[in-house]
Amino acid sequence: MHTAAISHPTASSSTVSQDTMKMAGLILISIGLLGILVAAVGADYISPVLTGLGGTIVFTIGALVYIWQSRLHRSSAEQNHGLWQQDATSRGASAWVIGFVLTGFYVLLYWFPDTLQGLIQAMEPLSQWLRGRPSDQWFLYGTFYTLAILVMGVHALLKYRNSRYHIIRTISVMFFQLGFAFLLPGLLLMLNKPEYYFTYFWPLKYDYLFPGTIDYLVRDGAALGVFMVFWGAVFSFLATPVLTYFYGKRWYCSWVCGCGGLAETAGDPYRHLSDKSRKAWRWEVAIIYPILGFVILTTLFLWINSWSEGRLLGDLSGGFASTYGFFIGAMFSGVIGVGFYPLLGNRVWCRFGCPMAAYLGLLQKHFSRFRITTNGAQCISCGNCSTYCEMGIDVRWYAQQGEPIIRASCVGCGICAHVCPRGVLKLENGPREDRYAGSPMIKRDELRILS
Amino acid sequence: MEKIKAQEHLVIIGNGIAGVTLAQHVRQGSDCRITMVSSESPLHFSRTALMYVYMGHMRFQDIVPYADWYWQEQKIELVHDYVERVETNDKKLVLRNGAPLHYDKLVLATGSSAAYHDWPGQMLKGVQGLVSLQDLEQMQANTAGIQAAVIVGGGLIGVEMAEMLRSRGIAVTMLIRDELYWNNVLPKEEAQLVTDHIQQHGVELLLQEELQEILADASGRVRGLRTRSGKELPCQFVGITTGVKPNIDFLKGAGIDIDRGILVNEFFETNQPGVYALSDCAQFRNPAPGEPKMEQLWYTGRLHAEVLASTLLGDRKPYERGPWFNSAKFFDIEYQTYGIVPAQFTEQHESLYWQNEAATKAIRFLYEKGTARLLGINLLGVRYRHDLCHHWLQQGYTLHEVMQELPAVNFDPEFFQRYEEELLHQYYTRFPDRQPPVKQNTWWELRKRFSLFSDSTSC
Repeated sequence: MHTAAISHPTASSSTVSQDTMKMAGLILISIGLLGILVAAVGADYISPVLTGLGGTIVFTIGALVYIWQSRLHRSSAEQNHGLWQQDATSRGASAWVIGFVLTGFYVLLYWFPDTLQGLIQAMEPLSQWLRGRPSDQWFLYGTFYTLAILVMGVHALLKYRNSRYHIIRTISVMFFQLGFAFLLPGLLLMLNKPEYYFTYFWPLKYDYLFPGTIDYLVRDGAALGVFMVFWGAVFSFLATPVLTYFYGKRWYCSWVCGCGGLAETAGDPYRHLSDKSRKAWRWEVAIIYPILGFVILTTLFLWINSWSEGRLLGDLSGGFASTYGFFIGAMFSGVIGVGFYPLLGNRVWCRFGCPMAAYLGLLQKHFSRFRITTNGAQCISCGNCSTYCEMGIDVRWYAQQGEPIIRASCVGCGICAHVCPRGVLKLENGPREDRYAGSPMIKRDELRILS
Repeated sequence: MEKIKAQEHLVIIGNGIAGVTLAQHVRQGSDCRITMVSSESPLHFSRTALMYVYMGHMRFQDIVPYADWYWQEQKIELVHDYVERVETNDKKLVLRNGAPLHYDKLVLATGSSAAYHDWPGQMLKGVQGLVSLQDLEQMQANTAGIQAAVIVGGGLIGVEMAEMLRSRGIAVTMLIRDELYWNNVLPKEEAQLVTDHIQQHGVELLLQEELQEILADASGRVRGLRTRSGKELPCQFVGITTGVKPNIDFLKGAGIDIDRGILVNEFFETNQPGVYALSDCAQFRNPAPGEPKMEQLWYTGRLHAEVLASTLLGDRKPYERGPWFNSAKFFDIEYQTYGIVPAQFTEQHESLYWQNEAATKAIRFLYEKGTARLLGINLLGVRYRHDLCHHWLQQGYTLHEVMQELPAVNFDPEFFQRYEEELLHQYYTRFPDRQPPVKQNTWWELRKRFSLFSDSTSC
């Protein structure tokens, strides 16, 4: 019998160089972290700019080297190997450490910013260059936040490099964060204009439609301020419904939004940690819609108060606003939303708390052409889609019955379609007629998860 | 047949996709008592996803499609026990641990397990197949810390096993009987593409090679194997993936006719009244011409169950499979097939075949030479719409009719490059007198025109 043996050169030499590069990346990461630590505690002894800003740069380079080496050598189907077996991505000890450190950073940032003085000073040259004014804790935060999206954006680009959808989408969130949420607001400050974020809208940026903010923008920003008010109002009430009608909620949540940007990049390794249970879904609707209601009511009260010159409600409505700012803005979106990434997954805020997501979700469910189509009867119920849904949607529930997935919470990241081993799911925009109809190729169950 | 009565007890042995689909659909139309017995796992899980648990993509609980609450609310009773024997005279199941279970209607959906071919050494420690949850647990134990593995058989489970082992850095050699991987199913070009791809993932393929014997070390573990051509391969694990055989041993003496599987007619009825068998463990007495005697796929398990459920609910329907379809994944390359594309073509066959330069994507349209009737479609690395392909095959489209609707069939993600242009170019070169359609219909227009959707909207 003829035997055809085909052997391949073993990859040992490339493995060695890969390991060397990874180690170099880890060393740089460690030096960078040490530098940042010295900047935080030793600003009296050595220039925090050198250690802090230098450390940040060294850390970034090290992280990029490490990410490059660890992702490039895996093919597309290998990218999720071991995710549930590694400590850091399966709520192991190191996940808790990262969670506590992140949470602690938010606590310091919100309530004890003085403790971060060294790091704030470290960003001084950058702040002066970009904004022409001294650094503060929010600039420090914005810098770290943007860096996280850019560095982990490279991670996402490599991880999903065989999908054009994910490449374009990732570049989009990186672009909007760097350009519209970091550089442009800084530039506006440099030009002595109001600091304005053109990619955040009411009801997420709830105060953008508060009478006080509008007053300030128009007074301080003159023509540009009027434009800002106009831009915000148009996006909240016109562009948002129109874009959501055509493309679903994803145009914002996984393409533009900074919170979404962080979730899709830095949070990507934690997406499988979201809770898929029915209980979690019940909590979701019980929390997110009241928050949207709260923002709407607060805004209305403030306007009524403003028109009645404070006679109607006195300072009560102001109290409303600051309560929201504390509990929702600070506690929820920051501390829990990002701090708990390694424990609860990367979209806790977007799923349970974000009023913009609630608003977009209602539009997506009832007034949109968007859906995720299930391909006939091809689903094998494997569960990759549900597992990797960062919003905790049980995608498989619909897919195994040949139904389209139309859920208010879906941010359209497209990862379910990417991890499906049979190519069963497709994000698409189509006519609203028969939008909910499933495939004729499979008989389905009439049960609803939430009745 | 009469519809199952509310006071009757339907017992299903096996909670794989066939058993579960049957229970769900019967529950939709009846209040009868339903019990599912399984010794494998208390809850139904996706067998096709076992590999992802091994590779760490998911945990076991993630491959369980329906949580506890679902079965409680659906009033489907789950019994985690092994059926020792079936007493058809008393309509009774004798269980290993629990009390005997009485049934009015019995459905055998017991599935299959790895088939061995009496190789010397096949019972050694470290030799196994991969079908059940227990197989997965065994594989976790058998492959801990090992360096090299050999997989016998070049089918779909074989390549899954190779992918699993490679994910842990274990050296993998596959013994494949044919000239190329899966060449008994795939035409040469597709088989070549997949064979090359598997090799690029560091799997060594020994083609046209078979297992002679498995060699033991002093402790009764695998230390290697010898191939038919006399080659000795050292390894600590041998995966047997040369096919599956029905789980029917416990039926001996039950009075149920058995050949390789449980013999059934096109209504899934066995020779015993009120006893049915379907999916992997069933064997058709008289399969339709050209159809197989046994169908052992996820999809056919589900189809069988849908038809039998209809019969149990009083609408007695014979099983007619309709246009074939299947899917798989070979490392990074997805595979879909619609209709029938045989490995060997006759002179009646002709096809349009396209593949990209990197040899990661391929499309084949097979048609009958004389009539141009579409016979089947093979896809590698490209996704097509099942609903539309099914429609083409069911309606007996010719290749010419298919080409008119070709751009609507693509199911790849947004922004992906489309390859239909290149295929159409080939088509118009071969049939120069054919004209492109005046207006190109979108998928949504075709979907509406042919009613390619279900009226049931339950979400």
